[in-house]
Amino acid sequence: MEVTTKSMPYEAFKDNEYIEKLVNELKESGTNVIVGSLDKLINWGRSNSLWPLTFATSCCGIEFVSLGAARFDMARFGWEVARASPRQADFIMVAGTIVNRMAPVLRRLYDQLAEPKYVIACGSCAISGGPFRNSYHVAKGIEDIVPVDVFVPGCPPRPEAMIYGIMQLSRKIKVEKFFGGVNRQEKQREFLAQHPVEGVND
Amino acid sequence: MANFQDKIAKLFPQATIEGDNMPMISIPDNQWHDLALALRDDEDCRMDYLVTIVGMDWKDSFGCIYYLMSSVHNTLVSVKVTTTDRERPMLHSIADVWKVGCLYEREVYDFFGIVFIGNPDMRRLFLSIDWKGFPFRKDYNEENPVSIENERQSDLTYNYVELPDGTVEKKEIEVFHPGDFVVNIGPQHPATHGVLRFRTAVDGEEIKKIDVYMGYIHRGVEKLCESLTYPQTLHFMDRLDYFSAHNYHHGLCIAIEKAAGIEISRRAQVIRVMMDELSRIASHCLFIGTYCMDLGATTMLFYTLRVREQILDIMEKTCGARMTFNYDCIGGVMQDLDPDFQKDVKALLAVLPANIKEYNKIFTGNVIAKNRMEGVGYLSREDAISYGVTGPSGRASGWACDMRKLQPYSIYSELDFDEITATEGDSMARFKVRMKEMEESAKILSQLVDNIPEGEYCVKVPKVLKLPVGRWFTLVEGCRGAFGIYIESDGSTKPYRLKIAPPCLPLAGVVDHITRGTKIADLITIGGSLDYIVPDMDR
Amino acid sequence: MQDLSTITDAIHSFLLSFLPGWLTTTVECVLIGVGLLLVYALLALFYIYYERKVCAAFQCRIGPNRVGPWGLLQSFADMFKILIKELIHLNHIDKFLFALAPYLVIIASMLAFAVLPWGNGLQIIDFNIGIFFLIAVSSIGVLGILLAGWSSNNKFTLIGALRSGAQMVSYELSVGLCIVTMVCLAGTMSVGGIVEQQSDLWFIFKGHVPALIAFVIYLIAGTAECNRGPFDLPEAESELTAGYHTEYSGIHFGFFYLAEYLNLFIVAGVASLLFLGGWMPLHIPGWDAFNNIMNYIPSVVWFVGKAIAISFIIIWFKWTFPRLRIDQMLSLEWKYLLPIHLFNLVLMVCVIIFGWHF
Repeated sequence: MEVTTKSMPYEAFKDNEYIEKLVNELKESGTNVIVGSLDKLINWGRSNSLWPLTFATSCCGIEFVSLGAARFDMARFGWEVARASPRQADFIMVAGTIVNRMAPVLRRLYDQLAEPKYVIACGSCAISGGPFRNSYHVAKGIEDIVPVDVFVPGCPPRPEAMIYGIMQLSRKIKVEKFFGGVNRQEKQREFLAQHPVEGVND
Repeated sequence: MANFQDKIAKLFPQATIEGDNMPMISIPDNQWHDLALALRDDEDCRMDYLVTIVGMDWKDSFGCIYYLMSSVHNTLVSVKVTTTDRERPMLHSIADVWKVGCLYEREVYDFFGIVFIGNPDMRRLFLSIDWKGFPFRKDYNEENPVSIENERQSDLTYNYVELPDGTVEKKEIEVFHPGDFVVNIGPQHPATHGVLRFRTAVDGEEIKKIDVYMGYIHRGVEKLCESLTYPQTLHFMDRLDYFSAHNYHHGLCIAIEKAAGIEISRRAQVIRVMMDELSRIASHCLFIGTYCMDLGATTMLFYTLRVREQILDIMEKTCGARMTFNYDCIGGVMQDLDPDFQKDVKALLAVLPANIKEYNKIFTGNVIAKNRMEGVGYLSREDAISYGVTGPSGRASGWACDMRKLQPYSIYSELDFDEITATEGDSMARFKVRMKEMEESAKILSQLVDNIPEGEYCVKVPKVLKLPVGRWFTLVEGCRGAFGIYIESDGSTKPYRLKIAPPCLPLAGVVDHITRGTKIADLITIGGSLDYIVPDMDR
Repeated sequence: MQDLSTITDAIHSFLLSFLPGWLTTTVECVLIGVGLLLVYALLALFYIYYERKVCAAFQCRIGPNRVGPWGLLQSFADMFKILIKELIHLNHIDKFLFALAPYLVIIASMLAFAVLPWGNGLQIIDFNIGIFFLIAVSSIGVLGILLAGWSSNNKFTLIGALRSGAQMVSYELSVGLCIVTMVCLAGTMSVGGIVEQQSDLWFIFKGHVPALIAFVIYLIAGTAECNRGPFDLPEAESELTAGYHTEYSGIHFGFFYLAEYLNLFIVAGVASLLFLGGWMPLHIPGWDAFNNIMNYIPSVVWFVGKAIAISFIIIWFKWTFPRLRIDQMLSLEWKYLLPIHLFNLVLMVCVIIFGWHF
């Protein structure tokens, strides 16, 4: 099964092995016809309607603004409905450095997102701390704070790279399962069990 | 200059004055407050603008270096105050002399743990209240792991008062009144331009008080610089105020070149100035767009980004990046100009006037925009100076504070351009000043575009760059105001202390002052018109 | 002009031929209900797509074009996703009111939907106070918004709801006065009657100056009624994150989202009913050939076309103007629109009494 989007041929994507692995996992678990086609419909809806949360801490956020502007126009893919309230957004694009003081806020935002929720770590700061890795007040990547689905490297990544990143996310959603075991969500639950937050109660 | 030095020497016999061009006055702590008042009010001094406070840890003592500037005489003076008490370092506050001092002193307290006696709001500024230790001390080795538990919130602030017998007492003060309706705006909020947090006490729609919380993007750039060599420190300048990346690079390069005694070629200077002005246009374009978006007119953003994209194309051809250029280097610039550069700049200059006209037609003349902006967020000239609000925001209040004119650097003294000032001091004036500054930048570009001299773009610089022992302070004009760089060297390849005085920190400090009594919607108008960049103020 | 009531009558008599009277009514009610829901949902989805495309055109962009042909399926994908998105259960809220609010909002707009004259003979219910009923039910929406803001136990939603309450109550006056003005001209409150009155000439031409003033004021007040820019203060994104529906997720948010677009359609539909003749084709007295040609265009196309054209203007407002501040918005209504309109009402009465209209 070729998991791709309308905008890009399958061969043009770089890490098809990863998606193949997910597809095989999906096939092995097996499912009946009705549930399978419902799954397809749901995944079609989810993967084509990714609403970002307006969240930006530094430079990468400005490139995210450029992504919405006329030249790169993410509206073509239906991603332009940036919601300011985390309850209504689908994914956080963590655009910029996350520092110690911001880490609980990011986690809280993630907890406030409604399922299904995704995270894209955008830029080297969000991935590893980037040029500020040795600082006393910078988180060395957001992987310990929230579970990440897609990493987009760059400092800041070009808008094209961000488009590619969101497309990869949309491909990952296409091989999800709504009924029964969901390969991604299990990992997410595992992560949340390992990184519990006590203070949040909402 | 000599006049006021004599005066100081007469009034404060314990003070020592060294240096002529930018004199440094050393004074004992107990006389510092009186000296500050004298410096501010004396006819010959009129040091009414506190540029920055540089906290210092000299291993055997702590201290502060205050950089002061006169808006009347255009002179720079620095004052050094030290304390040898490493256990409980205390200095006297000057927060009542210069209003911006309160914020700067909080920063020094946050980094060095120096308590300021008399400061009305002695809390940490960037770090959370449970942070262990003071990170800028040379002996700092505390562990502060990243936590995902919510940070503790306190409504208390502290005031240290000196009693008549010389002891110091710590007093607790409530930030808000018990009955206040406090709305938390930020750190994740579409209108705070990043991750700034306002705790806003409101009465209906009216704002009673704002408590600004920063540090949600504090990355400790200054501390990081202390462990890097001089050429390595440069790339952080891209990531402070990412819109004035070229200008900040320029500032740090000038400071290092001045210290190392490097002369750069005329070609490199012209290229640097052209890049500065290009980024100024791009930055103001984005300001107009995001400001209009804050006010609800989303479409303007897309029109202004069109021009910005064109400028980014020019820069990308030469520098190879869209945002973090890392183009200016010690001794000149990284690469020579792209062959298309002149053609592209001319194409930009050709379309810019039409675009500015269009912006004015769509937005400036709009009756709703006028009602939203005119008379909103008035900042008087005195307050602008006292709060250290520089850049277009300060000029809109009638303070001619353009460092390109006051402290001309590079080739700015030879160029023909006007300093735009306005007297209204409201949001509309701040908006219009920026609009006109774009035209002035275009004027500079048109003077230079055909006059780029031949020559080498980068002079030879020793591979291992060591600065002599000493301290240097440079001011340049970023897109949002005066950007100061302080370097103290101990003779090694790495700076002993590198202090960045960003223009956006005072901009955030003035928000509380000018939003009192206005509506919540005006907070957005005012915040947008001040145009602060949060990574710049947090560093 | 083809009378669509022949079709509905045919269905009615067909059902009556083998069903008792009470069952026929029940079946018809169900049919109409299902049809209404379907049209409602489809129209809302179309409007979401329409606004995104129009907005993109204003901003020199392309807009959705990847999902389905020309991106037509974009809003369907959005709806599928919203339908199955998690409904977050919040603590410390008034759970009953919190769940009730989105339904109130959507029911209000659905009821208003029922009296719109879709075409010649294609109207669900046509009674003698139709337009009055419309004003009455559309006001229920405010209640939903106020409850949503209050029950969420969130400061942003509360401020949004209070703003919304102040705004809706004020602008309802202007909308009401506009309708009163035009009802004066029509001499009837029945929706069908108003449309019939415009068979020779649309009211906007018939009533000339006062009708034009009323039309402009109605557009302004109508924009405010459906909480759209420049009057989108209740959900002012840059001030209050998402205003009164900040805490809503999943399909509850979807209801607010749909109702917002449907209200736009209703405001535009009422404008076309009152000023542009509802489903009535453009008739000019004396030009019989022209009038006959116009009659060939189906009445449903006339109505929906007019509504979409007027919504285009309202969307244009949103993507051009900055937002007003709360005090400016209220002073615009109370100090300018209301007095002007009271005067306009007198003017209209004079026009009718002295027979100055066409």
